Amino acid sequence: MFDVANIRALAGKELRDALRNRWFIVFTLAFAGLALALSALMQPNGLQVRAMSFSRTAASLINLVLLFVPLIGLTLGSANLTGDRETGALVYLLAQPVNRIEVLIGKYLGVAGALLSTLTLGFGAAGVVLALQGSVQDAGGYLLTVLLAYLLALAMLSLGFLMSTLARKTAAALGGALFLWLFLVFIGDLGIMGTTISMRLPIQTIFLIAVLNPLQMFKIASILTIQANLEVLGPAGLYATDQFGALLLPLLLMGLLIWIFLPLVAAVVIFARQEKFTLKARSR
Amino acid sequence: MITAKNVTKRYGKVAALNDVSFAIRAGESVALWGANGAGKTTTLRCLLGVQGFEGELIVNDIDVRKQGKAARAAIGYVPQETAFYDMTVLETLRFYARLKKAAQQRVGEVLDQVQLDNHSAKRVNMLSGGMKQRLALAVALLADPPVLVLDEPTANLDVQAQRDFIHTIQSLNQSGKTIVFSSHRLDEVIALSSRVLVLADGRLTLECPPHELAARLGLHRWLRIWVAPEHKETTIQIFDREGYTYMPNGRSVYVQITHGGKIAPLRSLEQADIAVEDFDLIEGELQGGNHV
Repeated sequence: MFDVANIRALAGKELRDALRNRWFIVFTLAFAGLALALSALMQPNGLQVRAMSFSRTAASLINLVLLFVPLIGLTLGSANLTGDRETGALVYLLAQPVNRIEVLIGKYLGVAGALLSTLTLGFGAAGVVLALQGSVQDAGGYLLTVLLAYLLALAMLSLGFLMSTLARKTAAALGGALFLWLFLVFIGDLGIMGTTISMRLPIQTIFLIAVLNPLQMFKIASILTIQANLEVLGPAGLYATDQFGALLLPLLLMGLLIWIFLPLVAAVVIFARQEKFTLKARSR
Repeated sequence: MITAKNVTKRYGKVAALNDVSFAIRAGESVALWGANGAGKTTTLRCLLGVQGFEGELIVNDIDVRKQGKAARAAIGYVPQETAFYDMTVLETLRFYARLKKAAQQRVGEVLDQVQLDNHSAKRVNMLSGGMKQRLALAVALLADPPVLVLDEPTANLDVQAQRDFIHTIQSLNQSGKTIVFSSHRLDEVIALSSRVLVLADGRLTLECPPHELAARLGLHRWLRIWVAPEHKETTIQIFDREGYTYMPNGRSVYVQITHGGKIAPLRSLEQADIAVEDFDLIEGELQGGNHV
């Protein structure tokens, strides 16, 4: 059904395209620069502090990831198919001996490769600085945070690709991506806070609503990897620790995986059945 | 080589193709003729299996509906407007060669065949329209397919590029390739095709040899000639005296010509010492001074 060679060819092309994209380069440099700056700011003054440097840097990077990664994942994904659709490159590509599933999967893997390279560069640069400072005691937690950032990036990319299959124009897809980013990053949090105060929701409901947001899943899982408990999140965090115990982290990881695969599968199904937007003929 | 049986394609309630049937033999060159919206591009896209349709389409013994990807492997496609990614000519050909499972050595061969070998390092967006069209032809030829499908291939080319492109397609047809192309240019259809399928409103309305097309559809060729305003009246008198069908339009005069008779009205003006400022060849019917 699938030709792996086609998927590889398409992924390679997308990866090269992304690495040549000046916005992508700007994002990569900004992320790496901020990650380096954070690791430098966390520079330890003594041995006791040094032991905590990796986890402190990881905690700072969580906030950086929460802001940057959804934005770049959603925009890169949402502009991908719509851009090709507008230039006519998509219909030309589909006129070759490839099928639609190969095209979508190949494109997704290529952009995902570029996105993960960016994260690796940012986290890697910060990690190297910390290692040079001798703060390697909590490297495991740091690496787990990097893994969680990868999963969040892929989930955002999947959502972006889903928007790209649904939108007719790049501008509409990008508008939708920015709205979703705002919703997930700011409005979602504020909405939960407001609802909690006005409706006096039980603590378990607050927690369940929060973890529907993949960004919250990432945040909670990341805090767990560097702190072992969720006291910092207040009653909801304590409830989650009490209720799920050691299962909480695997459950959150599974939740992020669902956020990767569900939108991606939906995008594949929609794109495979779709022709009206893609082949909107200039002349019949 | 290609068989279409009762092919229908609907966009909602509108039938872009309505019960179209035809057969094309191996080695034939067949033109799809029709105005914009007649169903030419839809027919070609159905042949490529990139959009759904009712009915049956067989290309090179492959059922397009059931094995679209295999059918596309047997077809080289040249679109009306090229849409390449931001890569060099060489990178573009290597990319499509991988998708078409063509040997990488074919890249050099097709570059040579379409005379783009000196431009292989150029980025595609730096190429002229004619060169981009030749690159699209090179991509189409990578896997040496038996069928070439071309969608108004010379519509965006200048006169010299049109001639070069038509010559290349003629050579490919002579080498045995089956050619299917859409066009609404009479000279292109006459030069390239051995048979014409006429589409109107999604229906196949006529099938004829190319040299009969103009007469069967009542098409005419017009030469639009621009002269200085002080010579316009004399120009009209000359065309009137020599029995031409003509139509004044602003600073120009449309004069109806026969195939191969483009030079005669220009010579008549030259003999009368009237300088021709510009001229253009137009095919179709004139409506109030505008061609269709």
